[in-house]
Amino acid sequence: MTTRTLLSPAALARPRGKAVYWTVFTGVVVLFALAFLFPVYWMVTGAMKSPDEIAQTPPTIIPKHWHLSGYTDAWDLMQLPEHLWNTVVQAAGAWAFQLVLCTAAAYALSKLKPAFGKLILGGILATLMVPAQALVVPKYLTVADLPLIHTSLLNDPLGIWLPAVANAFNLYLLKRFFDQLPRDVMEAAEIDGAGKLRILWSIVLPMSRPVLGVVSIFALVAVWQDFLWPLMVFSDTDKQPISVALVQLSQNIQLTVLIAAMVIASIPMVAMFLVFQRHIIAGISAGSTKG
Amino acid sequence: MTRTATRSPVEPTTVRQVEAPPPVGGRGRRRLLDQARAYAFLIGGLICFALFSWYPAIRAVVISFQKYTPGSSPEWVGTDNFTQVWHDPEFTAAWRNTLVFTLLALLIGFAIPFVLALVLNELRHWKAFFRVVVYLPVMIPPVVTALLWKWFYDPGAGLANETLRFLHLPTSNWSNGTDTALISLVIVATWANLGGTVLIYLAALQSIPGELYEAAELDGASLLQRVRYVTIPQTRFVILMLMLLQIIATMQVFTEPFVITGGGPESATVTVLYLIYKYAFLYNDFGGACALSVMLLVLLGAFSAVYLRLTRSGEDDL
Repeated sequence: MTTRTLLSPAALARPRGKAVYWTVFTGVVVLFALAFLFPVYWMVTGAMKSPDEIAQTPPTIIPKHWHLSGYTDAWDLMQLPEHLWNTVVQAAGAWAFQLVLCTAAAYALSKLKPAFGKLILGGILATLMVPAQALVVPKYLTVADLPLIHTSLLNDPLGIWLPAVANAFNLYLLKRFFDQLPRDVMEAAEIDGAGKLRILWSIVLPMSRPVLGVVSIFALVAVWQDFLWPLMVFSDTDKQPISVALVQLSQNIQLTVLIAAMVIASIPMVAMFLVFQRHIIAGISAGSTKG
Repeated sequence: MTRTATRSPVEPTTVRQVEAPPPVGGRGRRRLLDQARAYAFLIGGLICFALFSWYPAIRAVVISFQKYTPGSSPEWVGTDNFTQVWHDPEFTAAWRNTLVFTLLALLIGFAIPFVLALVLNELRHWKAFFRVVVYLPVMIPPVVTALLWKWFYDPGAGLANETLRFLHLPTSNWSNGTDTALISLVIVATWANLGGTVLIYLAALQSIPGELYEAAELDGASLLQRVRYVTIPQTRFVILMLMLLQIIATMQVFTEPFVITGGGPESATVTVLYLIYKYAFLYNDFGGACALSVMLLVLLGAFSAVYLRLTRSGEDDL
């Protein structure tokens, strides 16, 4: 990227410009380190301090003695494996349901011209105007007693999976991507006798890898980070995801153990971010300029 | 099923007509089959939207006019829920807190990422590092962020006061003080969310044509004037969009007050969504909860409508 920005390259090349640039650069590095990395460092090392050391003022920047017992205690005492597993099941299921049902629906709306398709799309887009959180209570009542079949999805991962499908943003993202795919390839396949499912599976999906990746990440992150909805759905402690369990257990557990549990709860998403950072950052940046 | 049943008596004639072009009835049958196929793809998503988006929206309005407790049959009470919620002393506090929170989040939480993005766009080194680090807090689960800051704000050995002591500044009550609690939560929300704003705004900055800056500089525009007359007008649309998105998001704040302050001290951080949660799960008053939801819905719906209007018109410009 050599496009010109606020400052001209000529101004930056001058000795004074260079001095100012490197001062600002160092300032930003220090600021970022203090503002964003230091809190994370404080959390990771805080969990390794002894209970006495963590309550001490002034605090120690580096733990005097490194204890791993905070992490092992958190793992055992707070039943982290169980809650992490619950979260994985909830996130993976929501991802799978969303990918299958949203993709199929977006494909139908984009390519199969269903009757009332415009109306349905309008209804889906209208839900973008109704912020999800404002509807949690009636949604909770619906999930607690599904209309017609009178079944409760409370304390059931389906209570996370099915509502996750009603994600207008992801569906619209998929639909718009499918709209832009070249028609002739699909028409050629149809002439060769390929069915609709075959076209979706062998032509549309392979061409849609980038958007499927973005939707997958959005779907996983949304469930992993959510708090209010799982708090309502899972009153049963054994079935709670890690976010809800952390808050419930935070009242009566030793500080170092709690902090260790917080670190463990953050690892999966942070690790995923570090692995896919290029794609995620590109996705966010592209999403902005293309609406 | 019913449609095919009504159609079957016509079938014999259509079969005969297939030989003769044009196959009128055959085409009709094919279209029906196409429709059935299209709906087979659509139905799963459609049911989920109907059950978990459309139906709850209608139900919120219906229940807001009912006395509703799960298990017993609902009772129509007119606008009682609204008047009752209106007279709740926490109602005013919740709306005031939510609006102040939104406003502060807009002032602090928007100015900081705006300036950060402007500065980052000028830096020619370590670009990937800055982008990763600024987005890192977004990836930490909000519950962890809230618990982390609750610990920082601890009046005893919390990092916030330790930093102030280190700098020889007077310490603060942070989230435990009536006047400082709300702003403390705004700081948390800003820390946690500014990464997204920075990245989106950075992308917008990169789409500004360099010639505009060059021309401005030739005309003798200073650095600040270039920001004022080139950068801001060129990214006006993205700025507006980000602002509205942030307003919509912060009006629904729940996790931070729930985890860090529990709405306290003295209702200083009760938000509208928190009050909705309290009505439903503490008072078991779902009618009141839905009345509050409807109020929030109308307000946020208006903001969202403006947002969608803007994104649409922005697309037309491109």
